[in-house]
Amino acid sequence: MISAKLYILQRLTALIMAPLVLGHLVLMIYAVQGGLSASEILGRTQGSAFWAIFYALFVFAVSVHAAIGVRTVLFEWLKIRGSVLELLSWGLGLGLLVMGLYSVYAVTA
Amino acid sequence: MFVEPNTIKVQIKRGSNQSSFTQEFEVPEQDNQTVLDLVTYIQEYIDPTVSYRFACRVGMCGSCGMMVNGEPRWTCRTHVKKVLGSSKAIEVGPLGNLPVIKDLVVDMDPFFDKWIAVGGVHHPSKNRHQSIEKIDESSAERVFANEAVECINCGVCYAACDVVSANNDYFGPAALNRAWSLVNDVKTENKEAILDAVSGNSGCHNCHSQQNCSNYCPNELNPSASIASLKRKVFASKIKNLLGSAK
Repeated sequence: MISAKLYILQRLTALIMAPLVLGHLVLMIYAVQGGLSASEILGRTQGSAFWAIFYALFVFAVSVHAAIGVRTVLFEWLKIRGSVLELLSWGLGLGLLVMGLYSVYAVTA
Repeated sequence: MFVEPNTIKVQIKRGSNQSSFTQEFEVPEQDNQTVLDLVTYIQEYIDPTVSYRFACRVGMCGSCGMMVNGEPRWTCRTHVKKVLGSSKAIEVGPLGNLPVIKDLVVDMDPFFDKWIAVGGVHHPSKNRHQSIEKIDESSAERVFANEAVECINCGVCYAACDVVSANNDYFGPAALNRAWSLVNDVKTENKEAILDAVSGNSGCHNCHSQQNCSNYCPNELNPSASIASLKRKVFASKIKNLLGSAK
């Protein structure tokens, strides 16, 4: 049970995530190859508005995208319907958003 | 000297959704035999209480859809040779994803109700006093939509669809394919209404593009492509409306 609105939201967030995933992967490989320590990484990310916006946007897109995807799995495989379905999918989306933004804050603030 | 013909073991799933059982019959093997021929032989010569449905026997009417060895097929055009393994046994059951009335006969109501729910009935753009709209057969749009018109509504795609199995409210490939053919029909009035009907909670966006429908369609149509085209069309129209209302 997926409406056109949710479908479009999931496609648009996928569009946002595609370049961000690539950026994230390149960044991870770069950090590991260069042998950067945790404090060196934090030194570069803390206070950086660019990385704050980059990862905040990433977290937002992931929360929306994942919640809609899992919603379909809950509906089709576990036969969860009605308000329980809404509660679980909104809960997952908000949970990912809060945890993700908390991490972004911790690393960039 | 008379030679006993080889026989085929045919296991027929009988009964209804509430109580079903499997019954085995032995049918003499013949050249160029179809699965429908096996069922007809059983009904005519062995057990007249076996219920099944057929009409044209030449793949035009779409009444004889059944599960053969667990896969949906039009039985009048399915040669026994094609589905018979070395065990010389065939399982025949009622079409999947639909309520069983008796034995091999399913209730097609949900299938056609959904066909109507997507706006599948003809909504003419002209009345009887006006001249009929001309279709440009050579336009690229029309050529692309032409295939969808060839559906015979046998229900094979509907039985093959895993999304219908998981979500019984989903319109399914045949109804959405019909909607796609109407969206491309110049004789259809108010195409926006069809796009609205297919973009609801039971609509085209539920499709996971697994393409079982296109794999199993006996007419080799591509309902999956029709559904993908509907999704694109709805997407474009929603974005257009959004931008329009923002102005």
